[in-house]
Amino acid sequence: MELLKVSNLNVVFDTPDGVVTAVKNLSFSVAAGQTLGIVGESGSGKSQTAFAIMGLLASNGRVSGSVQFAGQELVGMSPQQLNKIRAEQIAMIFQDPMTSLNPYLKVGEQLMEVLTHHKGMDKAAARIHSIRMLEAVKMPEASKRMSMYPHEFSGGMRQRVMIAMALLCDPKLLIADEPTTALDVTVQAQIMTLLDELKSEFDTAIMLITHDLGVVAGVCDAVMVMYAGQTMEYGTTEEIFYQPSHPYTGGLLESVPRLDTQSETLATIAGNPPNLLHLPTGCPFQERCSLTQAVCSKTMPELIQFANSRQRACHAAIEKVGVL
Amino acid sequence: MLFKSRQAVSQLAAALADNDNAVLEGRSLWQDARRRFFHNKAAVVSLFIIGLIILFALGGSQFAQYSYEEIDWLALSDPVSLGRPSIETGHYFGTDKLGRDLYARTVQGSQISLLVGILSSLVAILIGTLYGAASGFIGGRVDSFMMRIVEILSAMPFMFFVIMLMVMFGRQIILIFVAIGAVSWLDMARIVRGQTLSLKNKEFIEAANACGVSQWRILVRHIVPNVLGIVLVYASLMIPGMIVFESFISFLGLGVQEPQTSWGALINEGVATMEIALWQLLFPLTFLVVTLFCFNFVGDGLRDALDPKER
Amino acid sequence: MTNNRIMQVQDLKVHFDIQPENSWPWTKPLSLKAVDGVSLDIFEGETLGIVGESGCGKSTLARALIGMLPAREGKVAWLGQDLTQLDKRSMRAKRQELQMIFQDPLASLNPRMNIGDIIAEPLQTFFPNMPKAERKQKVQDMMAKVGLLPNLINRYPHEFSGGQCQRIGIARALILEPKLVICDEPVSALDVSIQAQVINLLMALQKEMGLSLVFIAHDLSVVRHISDRVMVMYLGNAMEVAEANELYTNPQHPYTKALMSAVPIPDPMIERNKTIELLQGDLPSPINPPSGCVFRTRCPQALAKCADYAPALQTLPDAEHQIACHLIGP
Repeated sequence: MELLKVSNLNVVFDTPDGVVTAVKNLSFSVAAGQTLGIVGESGSGKSQTAFAIMGLLASNGRVSGSVQFAGQELVGMSPQQLNKIRAEQIAMIFQDPMTSLNPYLKVGEQLMEVLTHHKGMDKAAARIHSIRMLEAVKMPEASKRMSMYPHEFSGGMRQRVMIAMALLCDPKLLIADEPTTALDVTVQAQIMTLLDELKSEFDTAIMLITHDLGVVAGVCDAVMVMYAGQTMEYGTTEEIFYQPSHPYTGGLLESVPRLDTQSETLATIAGNPPNLLHLPTGCPFQERCSLTQAVCSKTMPELIQFANSRQRACHAAIEKVGVL
Repeated sequence: MLFKSRQAVSQLAAALADNDNAVLEGRSLWQDARRRFFHNKAAVVSLFIIGLIILFALGGSQFAQYSYEEIDWLALSDPVSLGRPSIETGHYFGTDKLGRDLYARTVQGSQISLLVGILSSLVAILIGTLYGAASGFIGGRVDSFMMRIVEILSAMPFMFFVIMLMVMFGRQIILIFVAIGAVSWLDMARIVRGQTLSLKNKEFIEAANACGVSQWRILVRHIVPNVLGIVLVYASLMIPGMIVFESFISFLGLGVQEPQTSWGALINEGVATMEIALWQLLFPLTFLVVTLFCFNFVGDGLRDALDPKER
Repeated sequence: MTNNRIMQVQDLKVHFDIQPENSWPWTKPLSLKAVDGVSLDIFEGETLGIVGESGCGKSTLARALIGMLPAREGKVAWLGQDLTQLDKRSMRAKRQELQMIFQDPLASLNPRMNIGDIIAEPLQTFFPNMPKAERKQKVQDMMAKVGLLPNLINRYPHEFSGGQCQRIGIARALILEPKLVICDEPVSALDVSIQAQVINLLMALQKEMGLSLVFIAHDLSVVRHISDRVMVMYLGNAMEVAEANELYTNPQHPYTKALMSAVPIPDPMIERNKTIELLQGDLPSPINPPSGCVFRTRCPQALAKCADYAPALQTLPDAEHQIACHLIGP
């Protein structure tokens, strides 16, 4: 069953330098209990997609298209209704937990507030539930930590608090926007292990936004690769990692140095990241692509669905890309 | 892939070589700021009006039929009807209560007011920038000591200073306002010090240090150009403040010495007669208000242009 | 890489004085032990990778190596001369040979200067009498070398992407033809595809110019790729130093093992089936580090003697491999 269904989503920003299309014609869906990884580099529109779903875009942003969550249309919904859904059914965790924790309130108060406000619990019950949730995210000495302020926690512990807060209302969908980018590898491993465990425990669907292919390989069921606001390729994690069918996916995978192998030179993707103000007509990746043809500068290839779950948008023949 | 990138670069290079291998000109932050500033209509119109007012102050006396201290006895005999603003009598703005030509006096007042505003701001900015940059850049104990001095000075009552200076120098307006400027550099020093401190921790300063650039060159080439923007914004907002302050002093009767005048002094006189001769208030008041508005718009425009992130 | 040792560091300590909150000005400040007794050698033409998590003191160590931070104790011998004893003037002269590349590509460039002036600044500092035309020629040659079109010389930093800005930073560091370049997380702010470009560029330039690099990063995969030897740091101390392949295929120190197992590998089969040795707890405070071995509070195999005294860095028999751990050796 599809929990989240995004179709033809467009996100446009008015800036002093012109109109920027951050997300263009994006369609995808997340099933209940599924983990979808959204991979892309800076400017690929992956974070703006999340913000658009949550209705949290900056004031100069405009959304069009459709975002259906459990059958309800979120685009154009009144702020009150959206707030209710955001609080109770969709949760989001960010790269920097300090942006969503109030530095002047004790962590316990912030957790309990969510429960008393949205679940109508009384204070005692909320306190017990909050402590239980902190224990669920493996916070040592959870009841003691309730009366500490966010700045007294380390980065990894703060991210745990964020996850606990996100899971308090038992959301159906958790959007994690680069949840471990600011953390060290050992802490990242702790947090990703935790997310994986919680996913099965709470049966939450996760939309994991990241640039780290290693993280994606570990926890995601399906992967969507974005470039310049558009989907380049979509498939199961195995399909994407073992048989990339888009030159960008292939290039991305090859340009990551791996811990388990030693190679002479890294393969690179030539050129520079896309300038969203001056995108070329046709495929946005054409200037950096190794398989560019004349048609690439004329039309954007359509996203074609293959027999398996794979989707791809590329003019090059699929056999050619396999050689990569 | 590597081959591909080489190819792409050489293609691009070849394409550019066709273009006479011309060096591509960059757009500096200053040019960027200028472009943004000139896109701001309110700021541009304000700048134009300030230009007109300065032209009026400099060249307005060419068109005056009277000098600013000459008394028109005819107008004095019946100031309400004969002293009215009129083209025929040559009193474009009418006369004041002593029968002197208000047009010529407004020109003269504009000179004084603008001069005072700009001169005292310049003094304040010069001292404040140097002091603040030095304090922030040297840092440590020197910084603490220099900032304590600023704190002590700013604890002193401003008005007390002004009156004391008047007693010392007599009512020489320019001198007094150079002195006021020298007192009001305190805020400027604080702002520049803060900016310098935050710049000092930027990576490009560390990079300059790592390259062995001398401390003096770091100050001149890396710190000062980067604080100049904020200084400029502050200056454009300081000038109207100084003009208002001068008007305030003159309004109290402490400022400029007769027969010279300023906008504040003219307004003071105009208020006394506003029930019978409203123009004596309205002309100088209009000049003052329009100037203040314009300077504030220009300051806003500068801030938006120089600091686009903080909008 | 040759066996020519160009830098020899002995027991280097870098401490920072921290005034406790709400204390009187005359209370004795606490001492933050950012680097607490590190010894290492750097050979001509090699790349020494320094890895460790945030707060391990790797950036502080690197800055102390080139005299950007004062050493509390110890010796940094550069071609036989102790840098910690030099006065400011002679240290500045040494900067011609010791250069640095920074983490944040855009922030390390003065936004008000065009890139020609930025790259030429070291030349202007050390050769103020160089004719303008020659200087410009050198800058443009250097730009071509790092993969920037020379006719962009009058552009400003904000007109470039992150990867290009890092190329500018590299050009500035290399224009004096230094012998040792410190790279402080030079690719961690860049996108994956751009990161590979910059790593390849650094490796190519190193070969071409015979540079020694000290490459600091938290990304172990990147360090493996670029380094000849790798040092693992934890809380201001060196835990393990070894030839890169040796370290990655045969890690000995419990911390190195934990670190390696935590690095995600972009391969679903491997990534899902591997066991991660999760470290318990948080990094202790460098103001008040644990007694004995600094890693013992989180070490899964800590012994009683680990709390008593710190293990010395000892060389393993028949390998280019040094390790500081009581579990290994005598």
